[in-house]
Amino acid sequence: MHAETKPTDHKAAALAAFKDLQREPGVTKPDPILVVDNVVRRFGGLTAVDVKHVEIQRGSITALIGPNGAGKTTFFNQLTGFDTADAGEWTFNGSRMNGVAAHKVARSGMVRTFQLTKALSKLTVIENMRLGAQNQKGESFFRALLPSSWRAQEDEITARADELLARFKLDAKREDFAGSLSGGQRKLLEMARALMVRPELVMLDEPMAGVNPALTQSLLGHVKDLREQGMTVLFVEHDMDMVRDISDWVIVMAQGTVIAEGPPDTIMSDARVIDAYLGAHHDAPLSEEELEEQLQEAEAALEAEVEEEAGK
Amino acid sequence: MDWFNIMVTTVEAAVGVETVFYMLAAIGINLHFGYTGLLNFGQAAFLGVAAYGLAVTVVTIGLPFWVGIGIGLASVILLALLLGIPTLRLRADYLAIVTIAAAEIVRLIFRSVTFKDYFGGSDGRYGFSEGFFAMNPFSKGEYGIGPFTFNERVTWVLLIGWILVGLSCLVIYMLMKSPWGRVLKAIREDEEAVRALGKNVFSYKMQSLILGGLIGSFGGYIYALGYASVQPDAFSTELTFYAYTIVILGGAARVFGPVVGSMIFWVLLVFIGNLLNELIEAQYITWMSVNQIGAFRFMLVGLGLVLLLVFRPQGIFGDKREIALDAR
Ligand SMILES: Nc1ncnc2c1ncn2[C@@H]1O[C@H](COP(=O)(O)OP(=O)(O)OP(=O)(O)O)[C@@H](O)[C@H]1O
Ligand SMILES: [Mg+2]
Repeated sequence: MHAETKPTDHKAAALAAFKDLQREPGVTKPDPILVVDNVVRRFGGLTAVDVKHVEIQRGSITALIGPNGAGKTTFFNQLTGFDTADAGEWTFNGSRMNGVAAHKVARSGMVRTFQLTKALSKLTVIENMRLGAQNQKGESFFRALLPSSWRAQEDEITARADELLARFKLDAKREDFAGSLSGGQRKLLEMARALMVRPELVMLDEPMAGVNPALTQSLLGHVKDLREQGMTVLFVEHDMDMVRDISDWVIVMAQGTVIAEGPPDTIMSDARVIDAYLGAHHDAPLSEEELEEQLQEAEAALEAEVEEEAGK
Repeated sequence: MDWFNIMVTTVEAAVGVETVFYMLAAIGINLHFGYTGLLNFGQAAFLGVAAYGLAVTVVTIGLPFWVGIGIGLASVILLALLLGIPTLRLRADYLAIVTIAAAEIVRLIFRSVTFKDYFGGSDGRYGFSEGFFAMNPFSKGEYGIGPFTFNERVTWVLLIGWILVGLSCLVIYMLMKSPWGRVLKAIREDEEAVRALGKNVFSYKMQSLILGGLIGSFGGYIYALGYASVQPDAFSTELTFYAYTIVILGGAARVFGPVVGSMIFWVLLVFIGNLLNELIEAQYITWMSVNQIGAFRFMLVGLGLVLLLVFRPQGIFGDKREIALDAR
């Protein structure tokens, strides 16, 4: 189906970029597309986000993980202009993005999807897709009244939308109202629609939630395809198998702050991460499986350390 | 009982001045509410500002008719900006509150003693329509088919009124077939999703508010010319709610919804009014008097609206599928 099993140029490049990085929160990346500094968002007494420094490597797939309520969605909202941060600065492609309106953020090439899917129910699937295209002549009031001025562009947009729909296996639903789609199909539609914007950085908030396993595999394939096409992906996900499968780098948030960064295969053995996920229950595993898991993780961590020592 | 008279007035109501002026108000509301999801409860102010813009320019200032029309339209755009700039960034209900209050403020200013020299107080203004009737191509007489006739002045107003209705429907039709209309309909569904796709939601809502206000203002002119006068109380909140009833009756977000809605609304209202009148005059009904008919009709409108929302929420032209999806 997808050619992602053998490492491709883009994957190799991404992995190479991360190879020698320190596994510390806020570590600087060789070629960051997004650089975030001191972003704070408080809700009353609760500090939902307090990120000191984070960089997202261009052309990579970065996972943002963390327990429920860690502030991942809130962090997305700040970066994309859907909520106003109390403090902080961030640059995308070198230009400042704090205080920029959401639609301008999207236009500049930083496009997000929502954890709670926002399919436009009373528009058909194909209309949802067309809406994503940028710089549409027919979207200006006066030119809208002259169909000849936008017909050709509309045809191009439709062709591109149909291609994407086919890729996301939604072509059979083309003329259906988006409201008639299943939850998983809506996730697919939202992702496909975001791609109509032609983003440079795609920010996906739990794209796989509620998607069945078979479809998940093809979704993972799509995400890897995005990297092959030169896009940068930042995504939130709870399922560690998926994170391990597709991400080049993992950023871990807990209680609003970035507590750890590292490659996907070792990040879960980081003591800070285990702490954050298990909290007070760290010493008291809840089930057999969890005990197994913890022991294995501890072992893996030890092995990794031994290997590192040996390497020096 | 004079059934013939009831029939004639009822049929005339299907195309009459009142029907057309509400139709235009409702086409504007349909753009705001039906297509964009904007709750503009101040449509009466848009009609009033246009009608008074014309009347004041001609009567108080003494400028020509066309200047009056221009000033009326400019005032409508200004009003839309004034209402929209502070509220369109906020949640939908804020616009509703602000517009309903603004419409009342506008009406009270028109009717105030302080500005009587400009707006004429509660008597309003008249004597501004000569410029319009000077252009009347119909010579003196009655025009129509069979018993359904209008005099040359009403015929001229109706001709212009229906041309405006036709043009407005054409513009709405073309816009809703275009990418511009797509953005509007998407905003109605979920503003944030539209922002996430790089569209300036505020700007589109403003465009919708202005265009719907301008179409509504045509209704204001038709009223002013049809009755050759303006009074502040003609532009009360009742007008806005009738227009909403018409939109829901015909089917929101349908091009011809307001057209059919307004015709049915006025035919029913005039028919019921006339029927009651005849029944009371003929002493068939004794539990109410002729001057209670107006209030009674009002109650029937409310009852009808409730029944409509319960049994056919999508209106006459509406698409059941689109409504049913809300249940998900
Ligand atoms: N609008 C809001 N008002 C008040 N508190 C909020 C608001 N939005 C988020 N929070 C709080 O901020 C914290 C972070 O929430 P957020 O949705 O960002 O978590 P998350 O990491 O995305 O969690 P999940 O994995 O469950 O989606 C939570 O404690 C939440 O209760
Ligand atoms: Mg979340």
